[in-house]
Amino acid sequence: MNNEQKTPYISLRDVCFSYDTESGEKNEVLKNVSLDIYKGEFIAVLGRNGSGKSTLAKLLNMILVPDSGTITIGGHDITSPDMTEDDVYEVRRHIGMVFQNPDNQLVATVVEEDIAFGCENLGVEPSEIRRRVDEALETVNMTAFARHSPHQLSGGQKQRVAIAGIIAMLPDTIIFDESTAMLDPQGRDEVMQTIARLNRDMGITVMHITHNMNEAIMADRVIVIADCGVYLDGTPREVFSSVERLQSVGLDVPQVTDLIYRLKKNGVKGLDDALDPDEAAAQLLPLLAKTIPVKDAALGARKIPVS
Amino acid sequence: MLKDITIGQYFPGSSPLHRADPRVKIILTVMYIVGIFMAKNVWSFVFAVVFTAALVIISRIPAKTILRGMKPLIYVIAFTAIINIFWTKGEKPLVEWKFIHIYAEGLQFAALMIVRIIALLAGTGVVLTYTTSPIALTDGLERLLGPLKKIKIPVHEFSMMMTIALRFIPTLIEETDKIMSAQKARGASFDSGSLPQRAKALIPVMIPLFVSAFRRADDLAVAMECRCYRGDVGRTRMTELHMKPLDWILLAAFAAFIAVTVVINIFAPGFSI
Repeated sequence: MNNEQKTPYISLRDVCFSYDTESGEKNEVLKNVSLDIYKGEFIAVLGRNGSGKSTLAKLLNMILVPDSGTITIGGHDITSPDMTEDDVYEVRRHIGMVFQNPDNQLVATVVEEDIAFGCENLGVEPSEIRRRVDEALETVNMTAFARHSPHQLSGGQKQRVAIAGIIAMLPDTIIFDESTAMLDPQGRDEVMQTIARLNRDMGITVMHITHNMNEAIMADRVIVIADCGVYLDGTPREVFSSVERLQSVGLDVPQVTDLIYRLKKNGVKGLDDALDPDEAAAQLLPLLAKTIPVKDAALGARKIPVS
Repeated sequence: MLKDITIGQYFPGSSPLHRADPRVKIILTVMYIVGIFMAKNVWSFVFAVVFTAALVIISRIPAKTILRGMKPLIYVIAFTAIINIFWTKGEKPLVEWKFIHIYAEGLQFAALMIVRIIALLAGTGVVLTYTTSPIALTDGLERLLGPLKKIKIPVHEFSMMMTIALRFIPTLIEETDKIMSAQKARGASFDSGSLPQRAKALIPVMIPLFVSAFRRADDLAVAMECRCYRGDVGRTRMTELHMKPLDWILLAAFAAFIAVTVVINIFAPGFSI
């Protein structure tokens, strides 16, 4: 991507943020963070617990206000003192946010009423709300559950309802704050597919905060937050090739990346790096074929389902 | 064990009373109560009973369900009857024994009182509580009381609180179940020992439940802010309530109920209270 020629949609310059601790000291979470996010990107944000990933997300939709530095969104400086209350809600309409616990973000007792909630707050015409709600339900494949009550749904379904509630507000960016962390593998899969579709088909900029490396490799760009700032920033391939740097800030790399990395480190030649199992298999099988008898290699070459 | 708690007495269905506008149903309930209390003599009571029976039939709520709903109030009904029997004075006592005097008027009065209470429970039940979901009820109340916002009564805020409470009841029940299981796994026992002991055993359930409820409240508040919630300012609603012919018919029927009751009170002979 030639991002250099485009103007960033969201841009942070020297942003600092600290929480006040109980003892009255300041606990610095983000220090001089500068970051550009472009329209239509699918970004995964990685970092250890307490590294400031969620803080970063909350700064973007003005739930938190930075101590210093500027944040501009679509050319508007949201840290300027002239921001009115209406401006704040305008920012929140553009930058939607889906949280971790699916239960704690649904307000209404009926799915479609919940999806309408954001639009209702924005004062959208009733007929238009209806249209948007139906469309949002369609987008997340939950039309059949429109009249259900949230507590009848699975975690993945609830999370899709939460996503629908955000897309009904027609945002251009959605931040997922560990939205897959509390889900079972199936729910995780449903949600990740929905996120990928929003990004691909609707051109929504996605910022996905996660601990799951397999989710991170689905993104176009991976940002690692550590030491109060952006520690690594690049394509998944670039970021995950710096295995040592990731491990030094307490992060894992995808298992296959780790495998290839260790093989290389132990002197196995002719290996590149790999992000997913298929890629790793493509590199390893020829090598295996050289070292073990042909019959066994053929056995190994059979399609093995790897998750 | 906590799973089968039902909230309110809502009994889903598609009868005219189910389909009526919740705002109208709240007004109908008030009209019904007024009508019942205006019934003064035997014939207007008979009319009220017939009207109530008609409502029950229209609502298609099984009579059994309604009677079951009255069970907890059986003592109130009995108490009212006894008070009326012993305290009403008439002309010639039927029974006279020491300080107890029972008059014919007392018996009649007690009978009418019982009819009134039963009719009230059945009538308001089928008009409102059995046929209106809690959420429709909250919504109806908010819209009906909307004008009170002008005198700074936080109608919207109350209805939002109700909605959130209704939304989180099943979630918190589930959580209570989970916490109880967790405490049982650690040796807690909730169904043995004396009453104070059992109450004490619930403390380790209540504390985590409260902590988590506060955490949920915090999360929900942030999520609501992210979805541009700012109270009642510039808010619209997806579903608009429109008065349908059915609603007007019901209003007319209930107005007629009051009118006929008044007419019977004036013109019909018989015992009156």
